[in-house]
Amino acid sequence: MAEKNVIYGVNGPVVTVKDTADFSMQEMVYVGNDGLIGEVIGITSDYTTIQVYEVTTSVRPGEPVKGTGMPMSVELGPGIISNIFDGIERPLRDIEQATGPFIGRGCNIPALDPDREWEVTVLIKPGDRLGGGDVYAECPETPLITHRLMLSPNLSGEIVSAKPSGTYKVSDVIAQLKDQKGHIHELTLSQRWPIRIPRPVAERLPCTLPLITGQRVIDSLLPIAKGGTAAIPGGFGTGKTMTQHQFAKWSDADIIVYIGCGERGNEMSQVLEEFSELIDPKSNRPLTDRTVLIANTSNMPVAAREASIYTGITLAEYYRDMGYHVAIMADSTSRWVEALREISGRLEEMPAEEGFPAYLPSRLSEFYERAGYMKTLNGKEGSVTVIGAVSPQGSDFSEPVTQNTKRFTRCFWALDKSLAYERHYPAINWMTSYSEYVTDLAEWYEENVGKDFLSCRAQINSLLQEESNLMEIVKLIGADVLPDDQKLVIEIARVIRLGFLQQNAYHKEDTYVPMQKQLKMMQVILHLYNRARQLVSASIPISRVEEAGLFDKLIRIKYDVPNDKLSELDGYIKYIDDTIAGLTA
Amino acid sequence: MVLEYIGLNQISGPLIALDGVKNAGFEEMVEIKLQNGESRSGRIVQIDGERVIVQVFEGTRGISLTNTRTHLTGRPMELALSPEILGRIFDGKGKPIDGLGDVFPEKFADVNGMPMNPVSRTYPRNYINTGVSSIDCLMTLIRGQKLPIFSGSGMKHNELAVQIVRQARIAEEEGAQFCVVFAAMGVKNDVAQYFRRSFEDSGTLSRVTMFLNLSNDPIIERILTPRCALTAAEYLAFEQNKHVLVIMTDMTSYAEALREFSSSKGEIPGRKGYPGYLYSDLASLYERAGMIEGHTGSVTQIPILTMPNDDITHPVPDLTGYITEGQIVLDRGLDGKGIYPPVSVLPSLSRLMKDGIGEGYTREDHSALSNQLFASYAHVQDARSLASVIGEEELSPIDHRYIEFGKAFETLFLNQSFHENRTIDQTLDLGWQLLSMLPKEELDRVDDEMLEKHYKKSETPGTAGAL
Repeated sequence: MAEKNVIYGVNGPVVTVKDTADFSMQEMVYVGNDGLIGEVIGITSDYTTIQVYEVTTSVRPGEPVKGTGMPMSVELGPGIISNIFDGIERPLRDIEQATGPFIGRGCNIPALDPDREWEVTVLIKPGDRLGGGDVYAECPETPLITHRLMLSPNLSGEIVSAKPSGTYKVSDVIAQLKDQKGHIHELTLSQRWPIRIPRPVAERLPCTLPLITGQRVIDSLLPIAKGGTAAIPGGFGTGKTMTQHQFAKWSDADIIVYIGCGERGNEMSQVLEEFSELIDPKSNRPLTDRTVLIANTSNMPVAAREASIYTGITLAEYYRDMGYHVAIMADSTSRWVEALREISGRLEEMPAEEGFPAYLPSRLSEFYERAGYMKTLNGKEGSVTVIGAVSPQGSDFSEPVTQNTKRFTRCFWALDKSLAYERHYPAINWMTSYSEYVTDLAEWYEENVGKDFLSCRAQINSLLQEESNLMEIVKLIGADVLPDDQKLVIEIARVIRLGFLQQNAYHKEDTYVPMQKQLKMMQVILHLYNRARQLVSASIPISRVEEAGLFDKLIRIKYDVPNDKLSELDGYIKYIDDTIAGLTA
Repeated sequence: MVLEYIGLNQISGPLIALDGVKNAGFEEMVEIKLQNGESRSGRIVQIDGERVIVQVFEGTRGISLTNTRTHLTGRPMELALSPEILGRIFDGKGKPIDGLGDVFPEKFADVNGMPMNPVSRTYPRNYINTGVSSIDCLMTLIRGQKLPIFSGSGMKHNELAVQIVRQARIAEEEGAQFCVVFAAMGVKNDVAQYFRRSFEDSGTLSRVTMFLNLSNDPIIERILTPRCALTAAEYLAFEQNKHVLVIMTDMTSYAEALREFSSSKGEIPGRKGYPGYLYSDLASLYERAGMIEGHTGSVTQIPILTMPNDDITHPVPDLTGYITEGQIVLDRGLDGKGIYPPVSVLPSLSRLMKDGIGEGYTREDHSALSNQLFASYAHVQDARSLASVIGEEELSPIDHRYIEFGKAFETLFLNQSFHENRTIDQTLDLGWQLLSMLPKEELDRVDDEMLEKHYKKSETPGTAGAL
């Protein structure tokens, strides 16, 4: 019997089906004899256009295309954390079991292990009325994360039967729910959700908690809020990936979703290896216990790369709905946008700037707007923070992806080539970067870090600004001709740059720095500045302070003072006072 | 029964279109017989119902709408593989051209390969000692890495590649398993000859497989050349357990071939006319480097590309840099000063070196030393630009010392002879000697303990006095 819907044309990852009205937009379909996964992206009366998430070599016209009747969606349930998925939520470890070290085609493996048993506590009884998003059961997913099973946001009704607490598999029915129309729905440990539709929430709350990353240049100068958005643009070799790794390791989110979107395979294997070895300081558990990895390396099919960003944010929203703070690292959003461009080109759409499709800004804003600090449907508070790396072509920040991303994010951490050349990491340029969250977070900083935190931050910033103005002059005539008070600014700014902004990710004390130490370091540096300024006004040459080794001693604070012995920093204040007193004597 | 299609419907550049074709597979190979007996091969690149577009590797010269018979082979492009491919020379699409006859195949493999599962990869950690100071110390090559050389026309990238091949030693006792796959794309005959002769001179020819698509060979064939080479490399590495070094030159010519193909297909161009999928396409080549868990072999890539007009922001080096794990950039200024290899230190980088150096691999001071050298040399550039404005005499004493350090660094550390093979200890010690030209306080990337051990204030570098 002839199949009704068969492939008509093939062009790279784009497949067309002729004369059919069976498919709907964004429906997930199986393409060809191998059952490759695809999604409907265009429908005309003549053709239905499908993007295929796998390699289309050897696909032939006449092979069948089967619809699923569902939009492209992911399975949500226990077993997501600690796992590594490809762009359409297929578990890569299980794919390895099935097809060996190279990824084969058409392996439809369930996202969640169907045989694994979970210790489920059922929280409902027959007669309970549940609304969308209400929790009906929970189970420990990892030692850090309790997985809360929530009613799908679109459902509500009355429980008609419920099983007792016990061990269940993902597909076991643990309760039945009768909705208003009298239909019975079976509740298992999992649910599906379409990746391109944001999960609903009760209300959006203002972002007033910072996401502490332990990176001084971020936490002190350019902070990001939980539920905020940030862009990290930088040319190749400026340390985008390293910065993202540092955030993934040290930020104080409950759950990290790391999306390797069109990046290097070796980097993903490094993340896998490193995260299982690294111990989270707060919980003493491996970082993998709170991390989900989505790996769609640059040689994996381009359409799945386009989907990987949505898959990642959908997983993040699901955990946010349970009341967790989730941070997403997307490395790199440029690869995602390029995948959009590639598919747009195959569809022969009219290109806008640099060949990118005209809907580039709207897709970017849709993505970043899914971040936020939310009150969930079940009354909890949770957040999704999005940190997206951008890889500008030719390191030129005026290109469309960087410019449009800038419009939709509130933190902009520009990585600088010349800083990276000096091996100044993180190579975040403090002059061109900005954060709009400082005022939102001011209250938190004053209550939890110190009353003078914001004024210290402002002074440090203005010193750096002043240095940058002075450097214009120094570049022309050299530093020697400057008056002593200006020389002092340059010296102090050097201390700030080397001793404070520069941070060594491989040093065990320096890789993560608590807020209190950050504040004290700023205080010590500013104290030296104020004392040295008194010297200068008393006409004592600044070179004497240099000779006393004070500047260099401060630069080494980051290595010399352990994070758990902050009291040693008070000794520095005294040391500065004593040394300076010695100079004036 | 073999179906043959007589005649064609359209010819445009390297592409031909056939109508009424049934059951064609995407990327299937076709064979085109001309009336004069000549046979050409092509690949299906687009299917629209019964109309297929075929890319002809040898070009369409002499093809008319009526003089051909085409048949579909039913398979994608495959390469015949056996351990005997070592020591052989093939053309750009994998046909032997050394007169030794066909390879007796042990297996056939699709040249497009399949993406390596990130879970199955082993994170590369073992360094390859190349004997070149700048590379070993500052941008260490790691087994399983892809580290391109960004060069320009007329610079000594070929010499550097040959020197690396000749001197490359792997830290463990696995030298016998070392072999080279060489892919030439659009390079001049002389260059191919140079590589061949150099391999011969160093006695490695029997461990080299060459795929040659020279500049006068068909352009579309060039698109297949690196794929054939990498398929051979994967076979040698993961089925024959060898450590394979793949040298691909020149990636710019490859990208240009891709551009030509794309524009004749009527695709919407991206930057500088290159197709929008240039990144994905390059990635499908570069990502085929690596190591797999449970296999002892490895594929290490050194692609060479010439930056048009020495412009590192040109799409080809730009996208390459985003995919590869670092880059070795050559500098025309240094080349002009006669420094070989003219490695421009600051923009060069190896992303994998941080985990493949230090104690147990090279030496415990390696990482601090290379960071300090980078930082100090960056300062040299500042001092030089200041000197170019106010003159060298007006510089502060400390900037003077930086200028001195910069000179010594370039002439003693970067510069070495084509035949000089430095051990890692020699290289690192030389680095410390040079740093000792600077005052101790300036070395802020090194902690005190290490400084105490390696900083030699009294001892100025022996040869520096001769400057």
